[in-house]
Amino acid sequence: MAFKWLSRLAQGLTKTRSKLADGVRGLLGVGRKIDAQFLRELEETLILGDVGVAATRKIIDDLKARCRDREITADDDLLAVIKNDLKEALREGAAGLAANPGGPTVIMVVGVNGSGKTTAVARLARLMLAEGKTALLAACDTFRAAADEQLAIWAGRVGVDIVRHRVGADPGAVAFDAAEAAIARKIEYLIVDTAGRLHTQEHLMRELGKIRKVLAKRIPGAPHEVLLVLDATTGQNAIAQAREFRQATDVTGIFLAKLDGTAKGGIVLAIKQELGIPVKFVGIGEKADDVAPFDPDAFVDALFGEGNA
Amino acid sequence: MFENLTEKLAGVFRGLSGRGRITEGNVREACEAVRTALLEADVHYQVAGDFVEQVRNAAIGQEVLGTLRPDQVFVKVIYDELVRLMGPADPRIPYKSPGPTVIMMAGLQGSGKTTTCGKLALLVGSKGHRPMLVACDCHRPAAVEQLMIVGAQAGVPVYSEGIGDPVRIARKGLRAAADENCDVAIIDTAGRLHIDQAMMQEAKDIAAAVKPDEVYLVCDAMTGQDAVASAREFNSALELSGVILTKLDGDARGGAALSIKAVTGKPIKFVGVGEKLDRLEEFHAERMANRILGMGDVVSLVEKAQAATSAEEAARLQEKLRKAEFSLDDFLAQIRQMRRMGPLKEILAMVPGMGGALKDLPVDEAELDQTEAVIHSMTPGERSDPDVIDASRRRRIARGSGTDPQDVAGLVKSFGQVKELLRQMKQAGAFGGGRAAAARQMASIDLFGPMHKKRQRSARKRKDRKRRSR
Repeated sequence: MAFKWLSRLAQGLTKTRSKLADGVRGLLGVGRKIDAQFLRELEETLILGDVGVAATRKIIDDLKARCRDREITADDDLLAVIKNDLKEALREGAAGLAANPGGPTVIMVVGVNGSGKTTAVARLARLMLAEGKTALLAACDTFRAAADEQLAIWAGRVGVDIVRHRVGADPGAVAFDAAEAAIARKIEYLIVDTAGRLHTQEHLMRELGKIRKVLAKRIPGAPHEVLLVLDATTGQNAIAQAREFRQATDVTGIFLAKLDGTAKGGIVLAIKQELGIPVKFVGIGEKADDVAPFDPDAFVDALFGEGNA
Repeated sequence: MFENLTEKLAGVFRGLSGRGRITEGNVREACEAVRTALLEADVHYQVAGDFVEQVRNAAIGQEVLGTLRPDQVFVKVIYDELVRLMGPADPRIPYKSPGPTVIMMAGLQGSGKTTTCGKLALLVGSKGHRPMLVACDCHRPAAVEQLMIVGAQAGVPVYSEGIGDPVRIARKGLRAAADENCDVAIIDTAGRLHIDQAMMQEAKDIAAAVKPDEVYLVCDAMTGQDAVASAREFNSALELSGVILTKLDGDARGGAALSIKAVTGKPIKFVGVGEKLDRLEEFHAERMANRILGMGDVVSLVEKAQAATSAEEAARLQEKLRKAEFSLDDFLAQIRQMRRMGPLKEILAMVPGMGGALKDLPVDEAELDQTEAVIHSMTPGERSDPDVIDASRRRRIARGSGTDPQDVAGLVKSFGQVKELLRQMKQAGAFGGGRAAAARQMASIDLFGPMHKKRQRSARKRKDRKRRSR
């Protein structure tokens, strides 16, 4: 699995590299000294990767402080030091999903409109099936036109059952029925798709809390994971999204979708730094199996324009 | 922890004020702050750098004339530069005759193409045209169904063949549009990555087959630095005629707007500001720049009001807003108009100086119902002069509106504060720190606070009342 994701990422990066990273790669090379020029290039690389101003400043300030304290000397490869730090930061909390030994493990998938939730749900199901687990999908996006239809088509492709109501139904009712079905059929993973909502719409954010409550009523401790699906092309607004969704529904991890483009998704570094939410999965292509557990090493290398081809 | 661009710039200008004329020295710090603000707003690194350079050159040596302060001159320079970079906007769609005029939509996955197709169809229809939607997204599951539902909601015909060859469907869609006397054909296409050669070729093939009169790139306002890369690729593959920026109703600062315009040179035509199909608005560079600078968006506000009310009413509303001479009656009328115009928060954000201040103010529509009820229970005299409301009148009003006398008092007090603030803002004029100060003060006023507390209290009382009556 990991190998496939690396090779796919490398493929994407070959395209990326030729377009964007050319100038930077040569300059941010081995053996660079920490000087104004280096720091400017570092800033540019991080900002262009959507890491954001605040997180970039913090990374640079940390580096400067460590140089001052002689923790880092002129002989060190500065870039390697930075990359190692970032990889360490991202590794924390990234691995593994919570499990509910007593019954279905419930994974709730949330996010803003168009981030790729429905596709992410299908891919997670595929991942579960590939690991020999059983899964069931709950179509709780009863709002967007044809959303449940879209999930049903995915379910058919992946080969997994789906619980759905008619359009406009109460998502809580769908969640309840799905929980019932998961228990009755002794399913291991119940994956709950929800409608896309902008984090600024308070009433819709409250609806998420209601879905949670309904799930917890039927399956104690549910949802065991709440994954926020983030579009890798999203900029600084992702921090606000993460903050608001966490407040509304205790997000446990990020599913970083659409990482196969030229966007680096560096905002997850800022989110980790500020909110401590880890990335757990990445979506890297358009097929159902184009999903993989998050690999901090490959991610950080990609951020600096180096695909481990 | 993020300040928005507006607040950030206000800070910059506060720092600049009172330092005499604009020199290289005092402009450097301000420019760096502007650059940071732009980067935080997701403006592309390079574009932000260029912008700051322009501002620096334009600002240095500027005479600070008459009674103006350096910060005011600097605001003007930034404003002009923002408008120049984002404009000129041209929201017109050039229709051809005989039709059908072909509009092709393109963009990344999840940018909002299908929804925007419906919105555009509604808009085109409202101008007296007969649009038809053509479903050429044969990749995403259920995309065709979605477009058919959206078309039904907009009340326009949809041409679809389910899943098939999008080029063929596009071509046949045009013929169907002509057959059904539709003079505009809007072609929905699959979302695609700008580096996906095969998919970009498909888009080119569709364009070659239907020869679109207009090609719109649909772009998510939340896009980060990558907006530049994707817009550039789409522009070179499809020769865009314009851009539609979606999801602007969130709290993204939309720096992508600046970036895309800078790299493609193509105008931003429309902006999507909500999930409902009528939430597509024309883009105006001046208004966007105004908004970015926290000068409010009075023009947009007034236009929305015009759509919801009569022209005279709108003019009156504008006058009242400007003069800050309104009674509780006007307040009530405004609440009603605003609710017809759309979500209150969206409207308030357009009022000058309120954008940042109201960012975190929860506006509960249910509380507005109660506010209306309280004002309804007042006599005309009380509404125009709330000072006459004494304890006895308060009790009567509270009984009439199902609230407590304290709530009535709270509302009257908050109203007085707002009125006073509007007076101050009027004195502060269009520019200057007074407005920012007033906005901050405005944020600290608990306009809806009494209603928050009230709900619990009156629920309890109601229970008590029931018990007593039993």
